[in-house]
Amino acid sequence: MEEGKESPWEPKLITFLCNWCSYAGADLAGVSRIQYPANTRTIRVPCSGRVNILYILKALQHGVDGVLVSGCHPGDCHYLSGNFSARRKFAVLSRLLEYIGIEKGRVQFSWVSAAEAGRFAEVITEVTEDVKKLGPAKRLVKNIG
Amino acid sequence: MVSGVEFLRNVNLSNKVEVGKRVTVIGGGDVAIDAARSALRIGAKEVSIIYRRSRKEMPANPEEIESAISEGINIEFLTAPVEVLANNNKVISLRCQRMKLGSPDASGRRRPVLIEGSEFEIETDMVIPAIGQASDLSMIGESDGVKISGKKTVAVDPVTLASDKEGIFAGGDCVSGPWIAIEAVAAGKKAAISIDRYLRKEDLRAGREEKIASAKEEDTPLMPKPKAPRQIMSSLPLDSRKAGFAEVELGFTEEEAAKEANRCLNCGICSECMQCVAACKAEAIDHNMSEKTIEINVGSIILSPGFECFDPSADKLAKFGGYTSLISQYGYGKYPNVVTSIEFERILSASGPYKGHLSRPSDLKTPHKIAWIQCVGSRDVTCNSGYCSSVCCMYAIKEAVIAKEHSPEPLDISIMYMDMRSYGKGFDKYYERAKKEHGIHFIKSKAYGIQEIEGTGNLSLRYVTEEGKLHFEEFDMVVLSVGMKPRPAVIEMSKRLGIELDHYNFCKTDSFSPVNTSRPGIYVCGAFQGPKDIPETVMQASGAAAASAAFLSESRGELVKKKEFPPEINITGEPPRIGVFVCHCGINIGGVVNVPGVKEYAASLPDVVYVDENLYTCSQDTQELIKDKIKEYNLNRVIVASCTPRTHEPLFQETLQEQGLNKYLFELANIRDQCSWVHQQHPEEATKKAKDLVRMAVAKVRGLEPLKMISLATVPSALVVGGGIAGMVSSLNLADQGFNVSLVEKAMNLGGMARKIHYTLEGGDVQAYLNELMEKVNNHPLIKVYTKASISESSGYIGNFVTKIQVGPKKEITEIKHGAVIIATGGEEYKTKEYFYKKNSRVLSLLELESEIIKRSKKIKECRNLVMIQCVGSRDDERPYCSRVCCSESIKNAILLKDINPEANIYILYRDIRTYGLKEDFYREAREKGIIFIHYEPDAKPEVVPFKESGKEGLRVSVKDPLLGEQVIIDADLLALAIATTPPSTNKELSQFFKVPLNEDKFFLEAHMKLRPVEFATDGVFMCGLAHAPKLIEESIAQAQAAASRAGMILSRKLVQLPGTISFVNKNKCIGCGECTSVCPFGAVALDEKQHVAVVNDALCKGCGICSASCKSGAINLYGFSNSQVVSMIESL
Ligand code: FES
Repeated sequence: MEEGKESPWEPKLITFLCNWCSYAGADLAGVSRIQYPANTRTIRVPCSGRVNILYILKALQHGVDGVLVSGCHPGDCHYLSGNFSARRKFAVLSRLLEYIGIEKGRVQFSWVSAAEAGRFAEVITEVTEDVKKLGPAKRLVKNIG
Repeated sequence: MVSGVEFLRNVNLSNKVEVGKRVTVIGGGDVAIDAARSALRIGAKEVSIIYRRSRKEMPANPEEIESAISEGINIEFLTAPVEVLANNNKVISLRCQRMKLGSPDASGRRRPVLIEGSEFEIETDMVIPAIGQASDLSMIGESDGVKISGKKTVAVDPVTLASDKEGIFAGGDCVSGPWIAIEAVAAGKKAAISIDRYLRKEDLRAGREEKIASAKEEDTPLMPKPKAPRQIMSSLPLDSRKAGFAEVELGFTEEEAAKEANRCLNCGICSECMQCVAACKAEAIDHNMSEKTIEINVGSIILSPGFECFDPSADKLAKFGGYTSLISQYGYGKYPNVVTSIEFERILSASGPYKGHLSRPSDLKTPHKIAWIQCVGSRDVTCNSGYCSSVCCMYAIKEAVIAKEHSPEPLDISIMYMDMRSYGKGFDKYYERAKKEHGIHFIKSKAYGIQEIEGTGNLSLRYVTEEGKLHFEEFDMVVLSVGMKPRPAVIEMSKRLGIELDHYNFCKTDSFSPVNTSRPGIYVCGAFQGPKDIPETVMQASGAAAASAAFLSESRGELVKKKEFPPEINITGEPPRIGVFVCHCGINIGGVVNVPGVKEYAASLPDVVYVDENLYTCSQDTQELIKDKIKEYNLNRVIVASCTPRTHEPLFQETLQEQGLNKYLFELANIRDQCSWVHQQHPEEATKKAKDLVRMAVAKVRGLEPLKMISLATVPSALVVGGGIAGMVSSLNLADQGFNVSLVEKAMNLGGMARKIHYTLEGGDVQAYLNELMEKVNNHPLIKVYTKASISESSGYIGNFVTKIQVGPKKEITEIKHGAVIIATGGEEYKTKEYFYKKNSRVLSLLELESEIIKRSKKIKECRNLVMIQCVGSRDDERPYCSRVCCSESIKNAILLKDINPEANIYILYRDIRTYGLKEDFYREAREKGIIFIHYEPDAKPEVVPFKESGKEGLRVSVKDPLLGEQVIIDADLLALAIATTPPSTNKELSQFFKVPLNEDKFFLEAHMKLRPVEFATDGVFMCGLAHAPKLIEESIAQAQAAASRAGMILSRKLVQLPGTISFVNKNKCIGCGECTSVCPFGAVALDEKQHVAVVNDALCKGCGICSASCKSGAINLYGFSNSQVVSMIESL
């Protein structure tokens, strides 16, 4: 993030959105001008199933305070089973994160469809709030300089 | 004695010209005046001019004459020289004679006639004759075959300057007689062009005829400024003039120049000042273009001449006798702060007059209170526009919401309307949000007039609300929501083409062939067919294309031009050179995000060699700019920071391809839909986010590589799901285009909902149409119909789908291969529990009422009081959409019933009557026929109780009449409910089979609400009819044709190109564990038994990347979203 004047701490979030549902839902939130906090930085991926667990760990290592992965609702995945594959991976990941002491809520997973603009904004607001409560992520952060 | 021209030449070449003390100049032209004034300046004491005619005829510039006289030059008018008297070879005087004016000569000027005995002498020592010159034609003449005109000049063709003798051209004074130098220069150029063409043996004339358009009154702009006198330029004092040749006209002061420039010249049509040529950076203006007649052979014509806006200015109203219209009371054109909606749109626009700042015209102050007046030039028979313009309600809400968002200060908005017609898909939700979230006041009222409040620019609006109460309210600004009108030019056009127009001059069409004009082969789309919104226009446009494609199916493929891209530039091994284009998107982005800041920031990022900001990056000229910059800076990666890749990536990718760059060397940073639009109140955070998004994009593109697309053969047949009108029309059109179609219908018979509808509002016979359609479909050799069939499985992709269906009672499985699919699953009537429906035999749905009417049943004949309740199950919390057709359907049945049983009293209880477009005529007809309309609000819905007293029986309906302010009670014999249309429950299943989304109301969700109304984001899948949203029959038909057109485009291509973003394996890393093969949903990854590594089948891979996310050794990766690209995006944060 950019250097700046000392302002109250704001969490830094990465969201992985699948192209077909959640990214479209996020666009629709824009078209409908539904407002939500500006803490997220989105990485568009073809499918939630594309998200490698490594990406999430890398993000935490890199000092990101929270990660959200959002895909299509069960049954709606553009690639049939990508979101199920993602869900299985995250089930494993959450146990790992718990084990290494990363708070619950720092890494979240959700389903948002292309039509759910309101829901998208709600999810982002909630995740931002959750991570705000948890405070800055320290556990995995590599000490760079 | 020296001639005027020679004298002036000498004066100009050197100052050493001798003049006498007394100089006499002969002549009345500019040369004469010039010679006289020059003589004065180089030392003559007395200067006279003698001229044969009077001052009125004098050809010299009047200002020059004025200046000459004021400098003391004596002009002898009506005087002719007779003889120069000399002594010792020196001129001593000039004998002259007085003249009078006789009858006009050939030039139209009155001929001077000598006055006998009026001779006199002027003492002079120098005579300068400055009289006419003649051409010296001694070298050429009639004997050479060159014709000489009566003026003693060479006769030429005015366009080519060719003389009568081939190969000889002439121009300049020898053609025109003495005339100004610039014309001679022009003639020289003209002759040169002719000679060039002559030598090349080209047509001398082609394209050179200049037609000067004469101004039509409607082209002449209104005089917006009062008449103002010219500024008088100060001039050199007389005594300083004689001292030399100093400029006499001293020029304007800054203030005078500004005043002069402010005078409106009211040029009318173009006066060829050429300022536009200089101003247009795109060099789009060519004044030499002339009208040409081109003949094109075509097999079919599509008409889309559009519409024009209703003009509410008083003088335009007067023209068609609209004096009586209320609109003349709104003061448009008189009060600067009364503007049209189109003008308001410009006010809000970033490229508009106030650069997107909300300001009012009179004083540029930010308005705090604005009113919109709806239906200006719509639903108004006094100005011959009895129809509804269909779009004004929505655009007014949109403008109001945007104004609220843009206004830096609190803004109070009222919309004065008759009926809020937000009937389109998703429109009612928008309307509700405008009310609830934005606090816009919607006032059901009629505006009667506007008066400006002196000295403030504010406006007092007089309006009457529903209860009949008169209000005066002050507003800072009033916006008139002007309607659509057919363009006057279409009358002439329709005559030439031999097509019929309706009574409003819209193109006449039939409900069952909404894109066909009255002449076969000529089709129509857009607002020329009737007022409509963008999605309907787009549907009709595609529909018209489909109709003409079927009409011309035999000659498909002829005359097609294929788009060719230049060969791809090889960038392997080259370091990244990134160009970043940051978009303002008008004020959509620039109004929130600091775009120059983002641009500057982008310039500081690694490998970025070019940055720019654009008002609209998607515009055509920016595409050219991007191409130029790619070339100029050798860019090999391009980033556009603007809207969403979901809509705009293909456009920019094509731009790259046009410049020879692989289209995958592109990335879009979404700083609008997911940034400026959703953080409108937080410009700083939004700017910071935009910078981050650009930085992430830079991190990604540094690792991008060129990718290859895969081409696969297309299966040239279609699957259509749903056998109602929409599905059948699509099938028939595709079959007529020459493609095989499988039509799958879940019921026993084709026909769908339309089986229960008998007439259209216009009187069209639905059953006759349906039967004909079913017969055509059933008998078409290319259509295979499956009834009682449903889909059980589908796989594949654009061009190559495989779908399994279960057919008949035994559910036999059939497999269908198809290249495209059209979903036309229709709608259902909502099963309401309200108002005793299905419990009391007097309560009917509209469809049931219609069938009773058709049967002329006893119920109908004996009915005394019929009540209809609108919006049953529509526009409520559960189904917050408008079912769109019910108002028209109710009015149709009401009119039908009234015609059968004129005694019946019919009451329609409504929330808003939504007879949009040309259907408004029928609403008017219904009222004229005595049908009573009572408005109710959702919080005071009508109440119904069955009653039975003193031998009478029926339903007691009570509703609050807003006009009376009281509850009215109607004892109804029959109650008809306008019940909502709902999507079939099977939509969910289908959406999963074909991987396409539903909206919140469970209708199918299109790729883009306005611009891609029949397509899904998933290629090769289309929709039409009620599957998309409730709509009228003609709209379903148009959309069905549109879907067929889009599907036909895919099927007609031999090959389909699949994206290059697929998986690939690094054999050195692969350990052959087989994880990827087990997670791949498409069986696209297999294990090579011999080498013991995974291999990807490029044609089967769809690029989801699940395999890559599951690979433990990082051996399998995804092009375009590779691990290293994603990680570098993360690390850039
Ligand atoms: S495409 Fe959205 S989760 Fe797979």
